[in-house]
Amino acid sequence: MRLSEKHWTLLILIVLVALTPFFFPSSYYFRVGSLIFINGIAVTGIVILTGYAGQISLGHAGFAGIGAYTCALAPVHLGIHPALAVVLGAAISGALAWLVGRPILRLKGYYLAVASLGLGILVSMLLTNEAWLTRGPDGIDVPDPGLRDLFRAMGLGFSATEAWYVFNGFMLIVGAWLALNLYDSPTGRALRALHGSEIAARTVGVDVAGAKLTALVISAVYASVSGSLLALQNKFITPDVSGYMHSIEIVTMAVLGGAGSVLGAIFGAGILTMLPQVLTVFAEYEQILLGLVMMLVMIFMREGLLPSVLRLVRGRGE
Amino acid sequence: MPELMQFLLSGVTVGAVYALVALGFTIIYNASDVVNFAQGEFVMLGGMITVFAHMAGLPLPLSALIAVGATAAFGVALNKLAIEPARGAPVVSLIIITIGASIFIRGATQLVFDKQIHRFPAISGDDPIHVLGATILPQSLWIIAGAVAIFIGLWLFFTRTLIGRAVLATSNNRLAAQLVGINTNWIMTLSFAVSAAIGAIAGVLVTPVTMIGYDFGISLALKGFAAAMLGGMGNPKGAFAGGILLGLIEALTAGYISSQYKDAAAFIIILAVLFAMPQGLFGKKSTDRV
Repeated sequence: MRLSEKHWTLLILIVLVALTPFFFPSSYYFRVGSLIFINGIAVTGIVILTGYAGQISLGHAGFAGIGAYTCALAPVHLGIHPALAVVLGAAISGALAWLVGRPILRLKGYYLAVASLGLGILVSMLLTNEAWLTRGPDGIDVPDPGLRDLFRAMGLGFSATEAWYVFNGFMLIVGAWLALNLYDSPTGRALRALHGSEIAARTVGVDVAGAKLTALVISAVYASVSGSLLALQNKFITPDVSGYMHSIEIVTMAVLGGAGSVLGAIFGAGILTMLPQVLTVFAEYEQILLGLVMMLVMIFMREGLLPSVLRLVRGRGE
Repeated sequence: MPELMQFLLSGVTVGAVYALVALGFTIIYNASDVVNFAQGEFVMLGGMITVFAHMAGLPLPLSALIAVGATAAFGVALNKLAIEPARGAPVVSLIIITIGASIFIRGATQLVFDKQIHRFPAISGDDPIHVLGATILPQSLWIIAGAVAIFIGLWLFFTRTLIGRAVLATSNNRLAAQLVGINTNWIMTLSFAVSAAIGAIAGVLVTPVTMIGYDFGISLALKGFAAAMLGGMGNPKGAFAGGILLGLIEALTAGYISSQYKDAAAFIIILAVLFAMPQGLFGKKSTDRV
């Protein structure tokens, strides 16, 4: 039986999420794994925006910030359950993306980059400066959504880190599944068509502005959920989650791994999340190595790490 | 009124720095269609190399000269090692390459030099000059003069010299430029050298006022990029006007509204301008070839 690429991707993800814990020597590894899943969710959003539709964003951390701070603030001020706050944050992020999307997405290339950059910086600045609400740059506590109790009620005695590993892994697989479904849907086809040529797409009847807007809103929701999960897992969040460097990180993970495919981008998230953990011994050289990796991969493996490696393997097999 | 005068003076000073960074962006963009996010690192290198050459006992003018020359060499290396091999890569890849370069340069600088913040003495001392009830540092005048001189120089270069026109031709259509005998690779190298040198000069000029550290380049690159986009990418006039405008907006916001939101005001104006004029203030409307 031949599996489609979609099913392969899901199968690989499920196997990785389910089986790697058997090789984890300590709970620290669960934490790193869980962080990879969180970044993987944000990066899957970038696959839809950049990989499918070819649009650039240097401001997606802004949406992650909205998701994270909604989880910190809504349960306290509005009295809603933290799980509901994740949905609320996603709704706010989606609404903001929808609102600013039309004018921003008229811009192309670097102009789009600077506009999205500005948007991200504005969100980050609000979170840093409105200290009466957000407690400012020092960060804020995030309420516990009771994930462990939920698992315990189902008869599963996980530790907190294990519980988050399982839950975030589940969320990543759902996110990847949705993104993969989108690929072959009419919207996904429209996005890929306008990536190739906007004018050609318009001539065959694609609503270019509408399709781009859809991609931005969906990717904003992914980023927001990723920010929410980070805040809930850490029970604490600082405005750094919305900062410029985090935006760059998200895009770099996706593009390094291979923004054209969900699996590639998640692979990139895995590599870049683990890199600093592996390099703690050489903390001094971390920046130099990170910069080198970014340049070398982009120069010699333009489609990203995973697609290039796969091509190498397949080329040998034939 | 002295209050307003003070805000205007500091706005123009900061704006002149942004204009210098934006001009650096413009030159490289004109030659290669690449926005070089490592432009801020050139400014940082200019300041840091001068500091350490001076600490090693060299006279200040010589240190500054060495810094500008060395930074220009780094610019050429960046082009040869990272930009040329990636020709034809999509915009996202180029952004990541130049951001990677900036992270690399930052990491190397803190290893080779240090993580401290440094400064060296100003060219004409630190006694403020009084203008209409406001004060300005002599060094600020040097910064403004430097920005104006470099702007005029570049303007003459692009409009009056054969090489400058060759740069514009390369940016317009690389293949056509090669067909009329322009050595486009050489033009690229030259552009990176000039752009890096301008960045380094900015670094030398601002260090006595703002001081310099290994991570000072990031925010300068962001502001310079924003200024260049505000004016319209690729247009030296736009870069200069965009830089000064950005500096003024920031200073006035900091003075009259809130110093915490001075960066916000700048980006709100940029978003508003781009919404109304997607090509920036001075950008020409372009049509795509199908």
